[in-house]
Amino acid sequence: MNIVVLVKQVPDSGAERNLRSDDNTVDRASADNVINEMDEYAIEEALRIKETHGGEVTILTMGPERATESIRKALSMGPDKAVHVLDDALHGSCAVATSKVLAAALRTLEADLVLCGALSTDGGVQVMPHMLAERLGIAALTGARKLMVDGSALTVERQTEEGYEVVTATTPAVVSVWDTINEPRYPSFRGIMAAKKKPVQTLSLADLGVPPAEVGFDGATSAVLEHSKRPPRSAGQKITDEGSGGVALVEFLSSEKFV
Amino acid sequence: MAEVLVVVEATREFGVKKVTLELLTLARELGTPSAVVLGGPGAAASLAERLGEYGAQKIYAAESEEIDGYLVAPKATVLAELVKRVQPAMVLLASSQEGKEIAGRLAVKLDNGILTDVTGLDPDGTATQVVFAGGTIVKSKVTRGLPLATLRPNSLTPAPAPATPAVEQLDVQVADADKLTRVVERVAEQKGARPELTEASVVVSGGRGVGSADNFGLVEELADLLGGAVGASRAATDSGFYPHQFQVGQTGKTVSPQLYIALGISGAIQHRAGMQTSKTIVAVNKDAEAPIFELVDFGVVGDLFKVVPQAAEEIRKRK
Ligand SMILES: Cc1cc2nc3c(=O)[nH]c(=O)nc-3n(C[C@H](O)[C@H](O)[C@H](O)COP(=O)(O)OP(=O)(O)OC[C@H]3O[C@@H](n4cnc5c(N)ncnc54)[C@H](O)[C@@H]3O)c2cc1C
Ligand SMILES: Nc1ncnc2c1ncn2[C@@H]1O[C@H](COP(=O)(O)O)[C@@H](O)[C@H]1O
Repeated sequence: MNIVVLVKQVPDSGAERNLRSDDNTVDRASADNVINEMDEYAIEEALRIKETHGGEVTILTMGPERATESIRKALSMGPDKAVHVLDDALHGSCAVATSKVLAAALRTLEADLVLCGALSTDGGVQVMPHMLAERLGIAALTGARKLMVDGSALTVERQTEEGYEVVTATTPAVVSVWDTINEPRYPSFRGIMAAKKKPVQTLSLADLGVPPAEVGFDGATSAVLEHSKRPPRSAGQKITDEGSGGVALVEFLSSEKFV
Repeated sequence: MAEVLVVVEATREFGVKKVTLELLTLARELGTPSAVVLGGPGAAASLAERLGEYGAQKIYAAESEEIDGYLVAPKATVLAELVKRVQPAMVLLASSQEGKEIAGRLAVKLDNGILTDVTGLDPDGTATQVVFAGGTIVKSKVTRGLPLATLRPNSLTPAPAPATPAVEQLDVQVADADKLTRVVERVAEQKGARPELTEASVVVSGGRGVGSADNFGLVEELADLLGGAVGASRAATDSGFYPHQFQVGQTGKTVSPQLYIALGISGAIQHRAGMQTSKTIVAVNKDAEAPIFELVDFGVVGDLFKVVPQAAEEIRKRK
């Protein structure tokens, strides 16, 4: 099975994150950048499928030069190769434009299965898999907590607000995974060494036949007008329990009309 | 006034979801609300009264087995056809997984911008979004096509404004291309009488400090006494104390209730991402230095196994 895993580099959610003051885009230059956490689960799932069904695993990333760090990190987990869509004209791209570029790249890769994270922690739009499926005319199975592969038949169990549901489709398809699907492996020392030699192909917009005017700021379908830091919450009351903390808590709830 | 389409979300158990009522309330400020029901046969009839109560002037009903039987693609197609025909001023959906997915497909079909997780929307289409774990507020706008936005639940208080909506039945044609992902089974999991997590006005969450699945009974008890929903930190769901669907945070649900109570939760940034915009925040934690205390309106430094049972007892006494 030919599997492509979408991997996005995002600023570390545990560290300070900012938007740039000049153009309101995510500040990726000053942030600690990491692989979007959910994407590690997608990589793990791809490797497990390859281990049982054979095939090849390719990482696909659209992002600036420094996304190569995340690509090498992804490769150190075990995938075979990577494709990096890199073009200065991409800066400022919206989700709609990003999906256009990723779809163009996916067409050249002829994947049976596209795996990605259910959401990213920077944009967090949670729309990429359906946008890609819409463009490619293939099935989308989103938010998988379990994925079963039987030849070309795919079965996904996904969490819903009321419980869960089971959805099925046949390849080619896009499956997005939730972080409940598996436990991603840590790269081994051998994996890290091997990743250095794995092929990473760089593709430009010209290579993909996507006109630069359709991406970046020029092609954006939405714009951030302004941004500001949310004022920190003003400090409240903190008491130490000396035997009647529970009663004090209820006093507070009662003063706020919750009890 | 210009028509604003509101895509309806409902559950079998509770009917029209609160976020849809919020959307109708918002849509009234922006134009004339029309509700769009996308569901199985008969779906609109049971929801019409409630939609009218919150000001829907019109209901578009797309009802078919095929809408129910496949994942979102048929819904997006029906909605796209409707948008092309009626040329609304705006299209609004809930920021649920399904709402975002329909909106995403619609954006591609119409080559239209999309704004997700908005907490407010002005008549000129300027949206407010809270990003980066609630730390940054953004004003944004769709610059190609019509304003297409998904609203985060609990962004405003729904207010009734009774209307008698006319129901227009839509012709549903589902192409094979929209029938690629079949829903073969829907399982409703028992969750008793508790409100839905993202819609609840009170949420009581437990973390690693709760210690075990059994001890979560304490969290549930307090939630029930306050008529709230139960949430959990990731440490708690990963340790198997509570099911994953109740996880609050960056990779879980985003909640914005009137009251959020954190029990045995340290308050890591990824947890805050999901609860930071709650109106009133209360925490019980035995570590006085826990970062959750930076957020609280009222905090108790103490052992939750002493504080919570005492609080529960006190609430019972006062009832
Ligand atoms: C990419 C990413 C995404 C993440 N997404 C999420 C997410 O969506 N949601 C989320 O919650 N986390 C998320 N996390 C994890 C997050 O970083 C924290 O690890 C997690 O929130 C910690 O949960 P906790 O507060 O329950 O546990 P801990 O940090 O271990 O805190 C337990 C607290 O309980 C207190 N305690 C212990 N015993 C008692 C007692 N008897 N009485 C009172 N207090 C007691 C302790 O003092 C401590 O403060 C994510 C992490 C990453 C890297
Ligand atoms: N620029 C990108 N390059 C590669 N994959 C991406 C990119 N943007 C989004 N994705 C994938 O799409 C998923 C959902 O992203 P999002 O829709 O931004 O929440 C992510 O987890 C990634 O797997």
